[in-house]
Amino acid sequence: MRCDLRITAAGPLCSLQDAGRPGFLRYGVPGSGPMDQAALAVVNAALGNPAGQVAVEVSLGGLVLDCVAGEVSFAVAGGGFEVTLGGRVLAPWPVARLHAGQRLTVRAGSWGAWAMLGFAGQVQATQWLGSRSTHSQSGLGGGSLVTGQRLVIDGAETRPARDGDLVAPDWARPGPQTRVTVGPQERFFDPDVLAAFLGPGFTLSQAYDRMGVRLQGPLLPVNATLDMPSEPILRGAVQVAGDGVATVMLADHGTTGGYPKLATVIGADLDGFVQRRSGDAVRFVAVSPAQAVVAARQAHARLAAYLAEVAAPRASLADRLMQANLISGVTDGR
Amino acid sequence: MTSFKAVADRALLVEFGTAISPEIHAQVVRLDRLLALSPPSGLLEVTPAYANLMISFDPVVTDHQAMTAAVQAVLTGPEPAMAQARSHDVAVCYDPDLGTDLAQVAQMKGMSTEAVTAAHLAADYRVYLYGFAPGYAYLAGTPAALHLPRKTTAVRDIPAGRVIIAGPQCIVTTLKMPTGWWIIGSSPTKILRDGPQPFLFAVGDTVRFHRISRQDHDAL
Repeated sequence: MRCDLRITAAGPLCSLQDAGRPGFLRYGVPGSGPMDQAALAVVNAALGNPAGQVAVEVSLGGLVLDCVAGEVSFAVAGGGFEVTLGGRVLAPWPVARLHAGQRLTVRAGSWGAWAMLGFAGQVQATQWLGSRSTHSQSGLGGGSLVTGQRLVIDGAETRPARDGDLVAPDWARPGPQTRVTVGPQERFFDPDVLAAFLGPGFTLSQAYDRMGVRLQGPLLPVNATLDMPSEPILRGAVQVAGDGVATVMLADHGTTGGYPKLATVIGADLDGFVQRRSGDAVRFVAVSPAQAVVAARQAHARLAAYLAEVAAPRASLADRLMQANLISGVTDGR
Repeated sequence: MTSFKAVADRALLVEFGTAISPEIHAQVVRLDRLLALSPPSGLLEVTPAYANLMISFDPVVTDHQAMTAAVQAVLTGPEPAMAQARSHDVAVCYDPDLGTDLAQVAQMKGMSTEAVTAAHLAADYRVYLYGFAPGYAYLAGTPAALHLPRKTTAVRDIPAGRVIIAGPQCIVTTLKMPTGWWIIGSSPTKILRDGPQPFLFAVGDTVRFHRISRQDHDAL
């Protein structure tokens, strides 16, 4: 079955994203994919989709969709957005069904900056280099969403057994601290500058998009001429420009750069970090690379357990009651 | 002297130096080749640059210590059969309407525009790395007579296909992007392409430019 959606309103920075485009950093192509990578895994698990299926990333600008034809199950996860279906407010992380004539809205809610909206079906999206993720600067891949555009979902299904509300785990929220390892180009900074970076903290500025977020706070002057040849950049790198202002490089980051990287956000804290909004505070704490690996493995196990839980069909209350009646009916008949 | 730096939970930066030089870059290309031929367990991706490589790995499978040991093992192992570096011929049109900074470059260097283009054409270039944006291949080889620092501020919306220079570097742009480099020409040769080989150059390849007329440029 096919389901047709009209994008009645899309804020800036809404785009299609699958699990990302690994393997092309050497050609200047970043990994892209969701800002909150766990959120994509959650919506796909909750819908019973293959892992990494393309979904819509919704920014704080919000999204209004009208279902023009067909019907489809959908799920939202990531952040605490306000989700409404046909005018009714749903839980922030719902799994529900959208029918022709109904309107679905996903808008900024009580917390979080990026939500994923997944469907039980394949959203038509252009592949580039084996991925439907959108590279925001070029628009290559699935593409950014604009008001008036149509979204077509092929193989759209409704899966009533999956209806229900997911509970956002505590680890999906931004904690008070973001863990980093120091370096790899800390040699360009005096010890007191590193101490200032690890001090009372920073605020996320308005300069925040899928490429990165500029930080407001203590200036971090470099102590030497910036003569380093361009070096590879990892997602999460805290790059300090010549003016002493730091930028955390995110999903669509440039792959190399000639500015030194004072620190790098560890993988376990990347999803939580991006769920902060412009104006929110962040404090960086340093951990060793070995501690960062332990944290990565804990986060991996924690996510796997949560995905296993949400991947089990929930079945609607009505279905469960009906099953109970049938079973009791059988019993009564004996 | 090879150094290893742990980056976050999931990468290792292997450095062979801090300068832009053919000798250091040859070591980068060699390790890149070694890792492609015998990838260590958990390796996800290798990003070569001027003097170092970033090796990303899956921290659930391996860690910095194991990856460092694996890289040291391949570095001291048998010499790899190197991939043949290819040479590419890239067309460039120096029409002043396209090479919008050509006159200013000539003026700043005290040369005629013809001398600037002749110097640019005479040089051999080598692909050191890609960066900044998809398909932006950093070619080193711009002759010293043309070396200029980048502009103080970037210029927005420079079209794809422009030939831009800064210092010893030269790039043929692939997307409409801002740049603070000096625009000296335009090339119809596509670096970023559709099809099974989406990027024209491999790191380590060599490049020469040849001049074409505005008519040929616009026809291609």
